[in-house]
Amino acid sequence: MGVEGIGASVKRKEDRRFITGKGRYVDDIKLVGLIHAHFTRSPHAHAKVKGIDSSEAMKMPGVVAVLTGQQIVDDKVGNLICGWAITSKDGSPMKMGAWPAMAPETVRFVGQAVAVVIAETKNQAKDAAEAVVVDYEELEAVPDIRAAIKRGAPQLHPEAPGNVVYDWHIGDEAAVKGAFAKAANVVEMDLTNNRLAPNPMEPRSAIADYDTAEEHYTLYTTSQNPHVARLVLSAFYNIAPEHKLRVIAPDVGGGFGSKIYIYPEEMVALWASKKVGRPVKWTSDRTEAFLTDHHGRDHISKAEMAFDKDNKILGLRVKTHANFGAYMSLFSSAVPTYLYATLLSGQYMIPAIYAEVMGVYTNTTPVDAYRGAGRPEASYLLERMMETAARQLKVDPTELRRKNFITTFPYQTPVIMAYDIGDFGASLDAAMKAIDYAGFAGRKAKAKSEGKLRGIGVSCYIEACGIAPSKAVGSLGAGVGLWESAEVRVNPVGTIEILTGSHSHGQGHETTFAQLISERLGVPISQVQIIHGDTDKVQFGMGTYGSRSLAVGGTAIIKAMEKVEAKAKKIAAHALEASEGDIVIENGEFKVAGTDKSIALPMVALAAYTAHNLPDGMEPGLKETAFYDPTNFTFPAGTYICELEVDAGTGKTSFVNFVAADDFGRLINPMIVEGQVHGGLAQGIGQALLEHAVYDTNGQPVTASFMDYAMPRADDLPSFQLSHTTTLCPGNPLGVKGCGEAGAIGASAAVINAITDAIDNNKLEMPATPNRVWHAIHGKAR
Amino acid sequence: MPTVDLTINGKAVSVDVEDRTLLVHVLRENLNLTGTHVGCDTSQCGACVVHVDGRAVKSCTMLAGQAAGCDVTTIEGIANGDELHPMQAAFRDNHGLQCGYCTPGMIMSSIDIVNRYGGKLDETTVRHELEGNICRCTGYHNIVKSVLDAAGRMKVSQAAE
Repeated sequence: MGVEGIGASVKRKEDRRFITGKGRYVDDIKLVGLIHAHFTRSPHAHAKVKGIDSSEAMKMPGVVAVLTGQQIVDDKVGNLICGWAITSKDGSPMKMGAWPAMAPETVRFVGQAVAVVIAETKNQAKDAAEAVVVDYEELEAVPDIRAAIKRGAPQLHPEAPGNVVYDWHIGDEAAVKGAFAKAANVVEMDLTNNRLAPNPMEPRSAIADYDTAEEHYTLYTTSQNPHVARLVLSAFYNIAPEHKLRVIAPDVGGGFGSKIYIYPEEMVALWASKKVGRPVKWTSDRTEAFLTDHHGRDHISKAEMAFDKDNKILGLRVKTHANFGAYMSLFSSAVPTYLYATLLSGQYMIPAIYAEVMGVYTNTTPVDAYRGAGRPEASYLLERMMETAARQLKVDPTELRRKNFITTFPYQTPVIMAYDIGDFGASLDAAMKAIDYAGFAGRKAKAKSEGKLRGIGVSCYIEACGIAPSKAVGSLGAGVGLWESAEVRVNPVGTIEILTGSHSHGQGHETTFAQLISERLGVPISQVQIIHGDTDKVQFGMGTYGSRSLAVGGTAIIKAMEKVEAKAKKIAAHALEASEGDIVIENGEFKVAGTDKSIALPMVALAAYTAHNLPDGMEPGLKETAFYDPTNFTFPAGTYICELEVDAGTGKTSFVNFVAADDFGRLINPMIVEGQVHGGLAQGIGQALLEHAVYDTNGQPVTASFMDYAMPRADDLPSFQLSHTTTLCPGNPLGVKGCGEAGAIGASAAVINAITDAIDNNKLEMPATPNRVWHAIHGKAR
Repeated sequence: MPTVDLTINGKAVSVDVEDRTLLVHVLRENLNLTGTHVGCDTSQCGACVVHVDGRAVKSCTMLAGQAAGCDVTTIEGIANGDELHPMQAAFRDNHGLQCGYCTPGMIMSSIDIVNRYGGKLDETTVRHELEGNICRCTGYHNIVKSVLDAAGRMKVSQAAE
């Protein structure tokens, strides 16, 4: 490895602008003539909009326009779409209600926009938005899954009887029935996966700028996937054809899934910018973020696992209800199906699996992918089941897992996924060693003597990343392909620009991707520039989510790089009067192997562009593009073990140690990888102990600010002890698997398993607040 | 509109603002100092922390008028030319940032923490003191490392002065 190549913990190239206050986020951008939008939003979870009176608002200072839902419908701006078609058990397509960008007739969650005020200043727009009078007729709301599926429950959408979007299944029901019939032991659990608000620290923001002469729009937006945004805005929302719409996602302050989607506010800003003839900016405040950024998780499940007399798993049966909120968000339908139920085999040989998933509408904010997206729900369910089973069967939980581990690869699970490689025993061993698992009993006894309840909890997760082979996802209902593209441009002076369709919003692509080039060519990363996030610069791309940027986007870079190298070798061979096959690349030089003859990369580049002396028939220039479609998912996996103490008097949990042993395949920049794990763990622990997006019985959100929604803070978390085991992914040339979501997928079960171990009561739901833990200890589970 | 005179990053400035204008909006909107961010509107997240007369203050919680006559330092004002402040350097060296949005506030709060505690900082104290700054990316692990590292560097640079 070179000092800046693969495996080096290079300091990040992008950091200087962030630590000096020079980052450029959407809200930092100012355009000449910029005016501001503020939305009038529904205070009701479910109501008819009988009328909107904007006459007073229009008279207020600085107000340029007040626009309503009916106008956006009249102007034929398209309804919001869901891009993944799921088919129910009975063969019927999923049942979706229409979702206009602003509600013309009915509002279905608190915070849904009904009108927008455009004014000279943000404060003027805010003031006037309060003066817009909306006449609502309140309707009965369904605030959660149980209320939604009750017979006679109020209906959200006429298209979805019983508030059911789909009733889907996967696996072999008869085989599972057979497995349970011959089981020696059966373990059953009811589990809730709590609703979370993603809360990237940068609130969403959009600036839309319409050029009347060119009939061209520019949208600056907080997006994880600007090309997908352009595609959807163009093809489905009728904003403008793609060549008349440029989407720029500059520095973006975190996403965690919530910035994948194309939201009503961006559509309205674009539409309004043409209507008023000036650039329009909208920036969310934090409460708007809680109300309108799409939430994550929110499942209730019943799970049953059958074991034989030797404690080998025979079968798994799962029934899950997933809350979609009031409307079907862009990828929402895939999350509790193909990103969840397909991971229910976990790290284990389970001969028979059958899962049913019912997706339901409720009068709440839409729910879609949040860090991990389906896989945390699967991992939490399975790992709590394994821990519970071990307690019920009176065996050590690590031994029960080990006995059931998949040990030969490739392994075809009964739920679509074909695991390519892994070594689950190695990561379990590494984590057990790191936490001194063998010494735990002694530590627990000592803690007991000091009046503390100490527990240990294990979680062995697996995830499917690098989403995904386009043909495979297409056959499962996806509306898009999930390849990635890259362009490698060697400039005439030998500096290099990499254009990627993935997007960095904290992941450090500017460094990691430059390291790939440094490794191949031996040039310093300072000579390599990564360009992303602008549809006018980058040819196309599917963006960043599902831990795909390196496995899919990085591979596209390698593929483009290979084409550049092949051409550059031809040019070098021609210049050096050598055979192309003898050229090797070392430290930025093209050398004739076994001789002292060489030519430096800048000279090769210059030759390519002057074109004075190229091989006959060769085109000038040194720039190549590749589109890479993955051949399989990648399967990062690992073991997390949490040791903690509970204060029986207060129910408060304190961490003693948290260890993570992950197998991400090859690491390009271990420092960045570890940072990704730290952040994922914090979100998994946050879910386990603190976070919960709560609605009251009328559908009013009660956690709509950081005063009420408990974000993990520095003193809520421990320092983490990380280690890595490695099996190289055979599916891509880098051998990489992805690391962005692992922490969030594996951590929550480890924490809850540790608390339930400490308090010796398995009935505990997330978030395990001191109040809940205290009641669990003192026999009044709630 | 009233006029507010104050010093920002060593320069005297005079701004005309509505009474209700917050300090953070003067920085971002009037002075184009967009390194100071708004993350929550309820004084919880600390993305907007600046120094007012040498102490860390959440600039979304202070009216511009309250800062009249004060000496305000923002993230843009702590490096010495091209030479980073030791806290900035420590955040970079310890990978104490990812998306960078909370980072300016984190750095400004952390400088204040080190100033108040001098050399007597440990992990528990840093974690407790950072309670008013929320980061969603890093899990705080490397932020804590950065602050402890910078505490050492700042002690050395103070001793050298």
